[in-house]
Amino acid sequence: MRADRIFHVMFVLYLVVFAAYLFAPLIIMGAASFNESRFPTVIPWQGTTTDWFRAMWADAAMWQSLWTSVLVAVCVVLIVVPVGTAAALVLTSLHARARSFAYAVMVSPLLTPGVVIGISTLILWRQMGVGGGVFLIVLAQSTFIICYVMLMVMARLQRFDRTQEEAALGLGASRTMVFRRVTLPFLRPALIASAGLAVLQSIENYNTTLFVRGFETPLTVFIATKVRTGLTPAVNALALVIIVATVIGAIAYEIARRRRAA
Amino acid sequence: MGDLKNRFGPGLSTIFLILVLFWLAVMVLAPNLMMIDYALRPNLPPAALGGPDDTYSLSNILYLAGEPTHRAIFFKTIWASGLVAAVTFLVCYPIAFWMAQRATTGQLAIALMLIIIPFFINEVLRTLAWFIILAYRGPLNAVLMNIGLIDAPIRWQGNGGVLAAMVYAYILFMLLPIYNAIESLEKAQIEAARDLGASPWRIHTRVVIPHAKAGIATGFVFTFMLAAGSYVAPALLGSPGSRWFTEIIYNWFFEGGDWNRGAAYALVLLVLCLAVVLITLRLFRVNLTDVAK
Repeated sequence: MRADRIFHVMFVLYLVVFAAYLFAPLIIMGAASFNESRFPTVIPWQGTTTDWFRAMWADAAMWQSLWTSVLVAVCVVLIVVPVGTAAALVLTSLHARARSFAYAVMVSPLLTPGVVIGISTLILWRQMGVGGGVFLIVLAQSTFIICYVMLMVMARLQRFDRTQEEAALGLGASRTMVFRRVTLPFLRPALIASAGLAVLQSIENYNTTLFVRGFETPLTVFIATKVRTGLTPAVNALALVIIVATVIGAIAYEIARRRRAA
Repeated sequence: MGDLKNRFGPGLSTIFLILVLFWLAVMVLAPNLMMIDYALRPNLPPAALGGPDDTYSLSNILYLAGEPTHRAIFFKTIWASGLVAAVTFLVCYPIAFWMAQRATTGQLAIALMLIIIPFFINEVLRTLAWFIILAYRGPLNAVLMNIGLIDAPIRWQGNGGVLAAMVYAYILFMLLPIYNAIESLEKAQIEAARDLGASPWRIHTRVVIPHAKAGIATGFVFTFMLAAGSYVAPALLGSPGSRWFTEIIYNWFFEGGDWNRGAAYALVLLVLCLAVVLITLRLFRVNLTDVAK
């Protein structure tokens, strides 16, 4: 019994440390954006201020990089959702043996380090006279984000009752119409979810983007450069805004999902 | 293929196939082939391209084997990535077990949400958070000095900082597969082991871990791969003494100006990661289909 108690206390302690490990970095980073100190920290607290948010808001380079990231993310979504869906549909129509080979090929970008995807894309397109920039960032990011879309659409397809398609065909619908009116509406939740995931993946990508960015500075590159060359709490203010936005987005998405499921 | 055409008609099937082939040929296959081509050729001025010196050889890859600093950094990256995976496992296993076997439905929902939230946040921002905590005049040193554990600030940047930030960054990739694997273990099996007199240690080493080995292997593979291919954590939290292989690759491209050697190094990294993935999966008899969930 005593051993059990000690074990229990140790486990609770571990949970507390684990939670602190997860959240302390984020809380400290957020809190530092309200500290007057020029270097972002929380100890010593030199006075509470919102100046760093104003400084961040006034930073033209930050807006430029945000714009680049948004532009890239929109283009990525336009590519990955159709291609990922097509990949899922093609893969599920293959016979068992061909399928497992095709599957291995199609998930291989997920098993490739992000820097390698960036490097190989850069090399191929330089050979054709195209240098780093928005176009290559979109292409390189899409290479692996397509895999996520494909997996999400496949998961949804597993619950699809194909007799619905046959019924529609039997009632005289053309095959194109069946796809547009039966298959696609069924896949809609997965398509929306994968578009959301694609935006998140695209905006947060750093490893792949770094190699193909050319002279562009997307948000992650902007932040990483700031950390190396002149970190002020204005970067923390930006981080806090991004964190709050992501958490609100994630919660809204989860609520919408539960409402649909209910 | 016939099935696809049957299902969606010739028009749509053609569009689907073109999209998929474009992805696989132009975005996946061609870049990798071109990278291999670059890796095997020497770095020549434009005038000498196609000349007598422009022949295939392994010299770029052999250069890595012969250059002591790069070789050391390469091996260090391998074992350090293994260490990241091992530490991540130790950090995650108890909570994964608790979530899968002990937690009530309500506790589980909260735990899952709390664990997932930090992972919606950008890897660069998470690294930045560690940069701030571990700074020389940062909160961690201040707290440790206040409670009297240390007399002077410690320079955390370097191997320790990189390890902390990487473990932090990859917790989810380790936790979820292990959680999924342990969840499928019948509670009765643990109870049976306990009734037969097994200690908690033996229950874990002989019942839970063997059952969860596929999930653990998946977690290891992903964590290792992400760590070996990581650039941001070593770049922001490392010190000159803790360089990572990806940083060397970056330097070949953007500072050394030798793309061929850079391509060779990137190829070595790719082969290393694929080998680790495939060998681990084979060893633990995990199917690729189960990995990418």
